[in-house]
Amino acid sequence: MKIMHCPLNGPRNISEFISGGEVTDMPEPAETDDDTWADYVWMRNNIAGVVTEWWCHVPTSYWFLAERDTVTDQIICTYPANERYKERINFKSDTEENP
Amino acid sequence: MSRAGNTGSNSTPESRKGLYINPEKKVEFSFEGQKYQGFEGDTIVSALAANGVWLLARSFKYHRPRGARSLAGLEADPLVQLEYEPNVQADKQTISQGLKVYGQNYSGSLERDRMAIVGLFSRFLPVGFYYKAFFRPRGIWEKLWEPIFRRGAGLGRVNLNSPHGYYDKRYGFYDIVIVGAGPAGISAAIHAGRAGAEVLLVEQEPEIGGSLNYFRFDAENRKAETLRKELLHELQQLPNVEIMTGSVCNGWFADNWLPIIKDNRLYKVRASEVILAAGSMEQPAIFRNNDLPGVMLGSGTQRLLRLYGVRPGKRAVILTANTHGYGVALDLHEAGVDVAAIVDLRSTVPDNEFTVAAANAGIRIEQNSTVSEALATSGNRHIKGVRVAPITGQGTYSDKSFEIECDLLCMSVGYAPAYQLALQSGSRLGHDDDNAMFQITSLPDGVYLAGSIDGAFDLDAVLQTGSSAAWKALGRLGLETGEEPMEPVDSGRQDINHPWPIFPHPKGKEFIDLDEDLHYADIVNGCADGYDDLELLKRYSTVGMGPSQGRHAALATARIVARETKRSMAEIGVTTARPPLGGEKLAVLAGRSFEPERLTPLHHRHKEAGASMMNAGLWWRPAYYGKDSERDRCIREEVLTIRNGVGLIDVSTLGKIRIRGKDAAEFLDRMYTFNYLKQPVGRARYLLMTNEAGTIIDDGVAGRLSENSFYITTTSGGADNVYRNMLWYNTQWRLDIDITNVTAAYAAISIAGPHSRKVLEKLGTDIDLSAQAFPGNEIRAGSLGGIQAYLLRVAFVGELGYEIHVPASQGEAMWDSLMEAGSSHGIRPVGIEAQRNLRLEKGHIIVGQDTDATTYPSECGMDWAVKFKKPFFVGKRSLQICSKHPLNRRLVGFEIRGGSAGMPEESNVVVHDRAVVGHVTSVARSPVLEKIVGLAYARAETEPGNTISIKLTDGTVTKADVVSMHFYDPQNERQEM
Repeated sequence: MKIMHCPLNGPRNISEFISGGEVTDMPEPAETDDDTWADYVWMRNNIAGVVTEWWCHVPTSYWFLAERDTVTDQIICTYPANERYKERINFKSDTEENP
Repeated sequence: MSRAGNTGSNSTPESRKGLYINPEKKVEFSFEGQKYQGFEGDTIVSALAANGVWLLARSFKYHRPRGARSLAGLEADPLVQLEYEPNVQADKQTISQGLKVYGQNYSGSLERDRMAIVGLFSRFLPVGFYYKAFFRPRGIWEKLWEPIFRRGAGLGRVNLNSPHGYYDKRYGFYDIVIVGAGPAGISAAIHAGRAGAEVLLVEQEPEIGGSLNYFRFDAENRKAETLRKELLHELQQLPNVEIMTGSVCNGWFADNWLPIIKDNRLYKVRASEVILAAGSMEQPAIFRNNDLPGVMLGSGTQRLLRLYGVRPGKRAVILTANTHGYGVALDLHEAGVDVAAIVDLRSTVPDNEFTVAAANAGIRIEQNSTVSEALATSGNRHIKGVRVAPITGQGTYSDKSFEIECDLLCMSVGYAPAYQLALQSGSRLGHDDDNAMFQITSLPDGVYLAGSIDGAFDLDAVLQTGSSAAWKALGRLGLETGEEPMEPVDSGRQDINHPWPIFPHPKGKEFIDLDEDLHYADIVNGCADGYDDLELLKRYSTVGMGPSQGRHAALATARIVARETKRSMAEIGVTTARPPLGGEKLAVLAGRSFEPERLTPLHHRHKEAGASMMNAGLWWRPAYYGKDSERDRCIREEVLTIRNGVGLIDVSTLGKIRIRGKDAAEFLDRMYTFNYLKQPVGRARYLLMTNEAGTIIDDGVAGRLSENSFYITTTSGGADNVYRNMLWYNTQWRLDIDITNVTAAYAAISIAGPHSRKVLEKLGTDIDLSAQAFPGNEIRAGSLGGIQAYLLRVAFVGELGYEIHVPASQGEAMWDSLMEAGSSHGIRPVGIEAQRNLRLEKGHIIVGQDTDATTYPSECGMDWAVKFKKPFFVGKRSLQICSKHPLNRRLVGFEIRGGSAGMPEESNVVVHDRAVVGHVTSVARSPVLEKIVGLAYARAETEPGNTISIKLTDGTVTKADVVSMHFYDPQNERQEM
C-alpha cells in the first residue's frame, strides 16, 4: 500500500485518505456564461502528467494539496491548502444576464 | 510396483532420511481411496513417490497423466483435492494422519480417465480453437459448448459443507525484509543484523537454507553442509533477525507493503527496504512427451532425495547443458540409482570437477545430443525410456537416434530468475544475451536483489551479492555499514542456461505450458496468426494463464516468439507480473471480518424495550418495538401513538455540527440554498444542500444560538460527507469560522404528539414552553429535568414536537426521565418505520430516498427553500441554468383508496404510454388516513386530479390518484399547537 505524506499527520497509509480530484479554479459564477460553467462542473482535464489534486486525511478531516504524476502514480509533494488559497474569497452579486 | 503405470521408486519407507521428514513418526493417509504411509514432514508428493505413486493428476485439456516436477510448488500439475479444499499443491501440502487426498480433473478414475481420449484429437484442437470453432451460430457458445467444456475442464470441486476455519491478520514493520532464506538471503540477513537493523527473513520452505539444503555445489558435496551450519550459527547470534518459515510473500505493493501468508494468517508488513533473494526457477527442456510422470527437473530430483529421502527412480537419464546436471547424476549415483546416461546438449563437455567425477563414476556421457522424445508406458502413465539423437543445429537433430530404457529423466538446462516480485515493484526484465538468461534491471529505490535472482550462481558470488544488497539497504537506512563489499569476481552465470533447449517433433506433444496443454506448434501458430505481441499471444493461446502463471513456460515462449518474430529476447520479455504470486485463499484475505457499527447512546434502552433493530448505514436503529411477527401491528400502533398521544424517537443518528465565528451565517448562506444572514437568534431554519451541479445532497435544520454560533443537524447518512464538504469549501473560502462535528457528542430524542408539551412541563424546565414564547421553528438552550439541553421545535412527523439534544452521556438519563414523566400520557418509544410513515403522511421528503443523484429542487417541490437573490450558494449557478429548461419530471403525491388494489412498492415504475416516466420513492398504508399514500416521480405536467399508472412488482398495472404531497394536516395546524 502506498504511503502518503500528510502535511498535518506525516506519513500514513493511502487507505486513510480520499482523493478530492484535480484542483480547478471556480470561475466567478456571476460573470460566467452557461457553457463555461457547465464545462467547469462536468468536465475534467484528466491529463497524463503532473497534476495538483485535493486529498483529505479522513480520520482528521484535513484537506491539503498534492502534486502527483498520473503516469507513474508518484506523489511528488504535499502541502497545506493555504499556500494556494491565501485570501478570503468573496462572490459578486448577479448581473443583469443572470438574475 | 503396487499399481499399473506407477513405477519408479523402490525406497522402502524404513530406509528414508531427509531434512524435512521425521522417520520416527509414521503418518497414514489415503490417495484415491487407497491407504499409504509416510512420515511426519512428508508432502503428499514425497509420500506418494516413496510409495511408487507418480500419477497425481490429469492435465487440463487432454487429460494426460501428470506428476510432480519441481517439488517447489512451481507447477500446476500436482494440484489435488482434499476433503474440504480443492486445488491444493501436493508438493507443498504436508500429510497428516487420516488425510484424504484425491486426484482432480478426470472422468471415471485417475488411473483410467475416460476423457484421455481427447488427447488423440489434439491435432484438431489448434491454438485459438475456441475462438475459431464455437462462435457460430450466435449464442451457441453460452447455450451448448461452454457447459460441455466447463464439465470437461475445470479443476477441483468446492465442498460447500467445509467447516469454518479461524483466519486472522497481523501487521508488521521492519527496517529490512528479505524474501528468500537461501545462502544469499541469509548472507544479507547476517550483514544487516550485525549492523543493528530490524530484519525479517521470509522463507516459504519449512526450513531455511534454500539450495544449501539440497543442491550439490561441489563434486565432493561438502561445501553446502559446512556453509549451512556456519550461516545458521551466525544467524542464531542475531536476535534482531526474525525468521518466518513456511511463509509466502505473495506480492509487492507500493512503498514496500508486503502480504506474507503463513498458514491461516495474513501478515501485512511494511518494510523500509526489501531484499529479494527468491532464487531462480529451473526450466524444463522442450521435447516430445516432456510431460510424462517421471520427467523431472534436476533440482526437483535433488529436493526429493535430500529433503524427503525418496529415491526418485531405478534407472535415470540426465538431460543437461550445465554442471548442475552432473551434480544431479552424482547425487543419484550415490543414492543407488542406476544413471544410464548423461545427455549433454553442449557440443563439447568441459573438463571440471563434476564432469570428471561423473566420468570416474562410470556414467555414460552423450555430448552434442538431445532427448528427442520420451517413451511412455501404456496410457502415457509413466516414462519408460528416452530416444536420444545427435544435435544437428538449433532445435534440430538427426534421425540416427537410439533408445535408452529408464524410469526417470532429469532436466538441467537452465533457469529463469524468480522475477515476479521484482517486476511487480516496477523493475524491468532484460536479457543477458551472452548467457541466454533473463536479467532483472531498473529496480526502484528501496528494492534490491541478491543471489541467483540477480544472476549469481557461484556460491561465493551468491554470498557477496547478499552482503552487497544489505550494505546498500543499510546505507539508505542511515545505519553504519563500513566499506562497500567487493563485487563478485565471477558470477558463475556462464554456461548455466542453454540458449535453445527446444526440440520440436513431427508428431508434436512437446509441451511448452503444461497447465494449458500447449505444445510448441501452438506458440508458433499463434505468432503466425498475427498474435506476435506476448500479451496478445497469452490471451489468444492461453500460455501462462494457468495456475503456474508461466513459471515454466515464460522463458521458452519468449524464445520461440523472439525467433518467430525476429526480435530480441529483451524486446519480448514476459507478460505483466501482477499480485498475487501464488493462489491465495479468500478466507486469508478476509481474515476475521471487522464490520464497524455504530450504536446510539440509547441503544441499550431499545434492546430492553424489545426493539427489532435494523441497519441504517453503519448505525443500528430500532425499526419498531416488538417481534418480527408483529411488525405491521407495532408500526400501526406507534404511528397512532404519535398522532393521538405522545412518543419518543431516538434521532441520535442525525449529524450534528457546530459552526462558530463571525462568518458563521455567511458560511451557511454559501453552503445551503436558504437565507441565514438575517435569521434571528433563537430561530431554527430548514437547511437544503445542493452540490455544484445543483443536485440535492442533504438537508437538516440550523438553529441560531447567538449572533456567531449555529447548531445544525444533517441527515444520518450524510453527516460525514457534509462535514468534510464544509471543511473543503472553507479551506478555499477562508471564512472566519470553525466547524466542529459533534454528532457523537450528543444524544438526540424526538418527542412528538399532542401531549408532548405536557410531558416536558412535568419534567421541569427553565425554558418557557408556551406556544407564544417557544413557537415552531425555534431553538432554546436550557435545563430540562436537570440536564442541560438544546430544544428544537421541529415537526418532521407533523405533530407538536421537540427535538431534545443532550450530551451523549446524559442520553439514557433523559430518555428515562421522559418515559417516566410521560407514563400517565401513555408515552411509548417509536421506531424508524413509524417515523417514515408519519413524515410521508406530511409529505416531507427524505434526501436519498425521495431524491436521487440528479434531483434538483424544482423537481421535488423544494423551490421555496432556494433563494436566488443572494450572491452565492453551492449549486446556484447550475440551478439558474436548470431553471431555463423545462422540468423532465416531478415528484408528486399519490393515493390509492379501497382495499382491493395491489400495494405498490418502492422502486415500482410509473408508466405512461408504455414508457417509463418515473418511479415510486415512498409508499405506505396510512393508519390515520386509511388509504395508501406515496410519493412518485411522474411526468412534469402531472397535477393533483390526474391519475398515474404504477407497474407493480407482479407486473400488473394499477391506477393511483395524484393529490397534494401534504396528505395529512396540510394547514400545519397540529404542529403549531
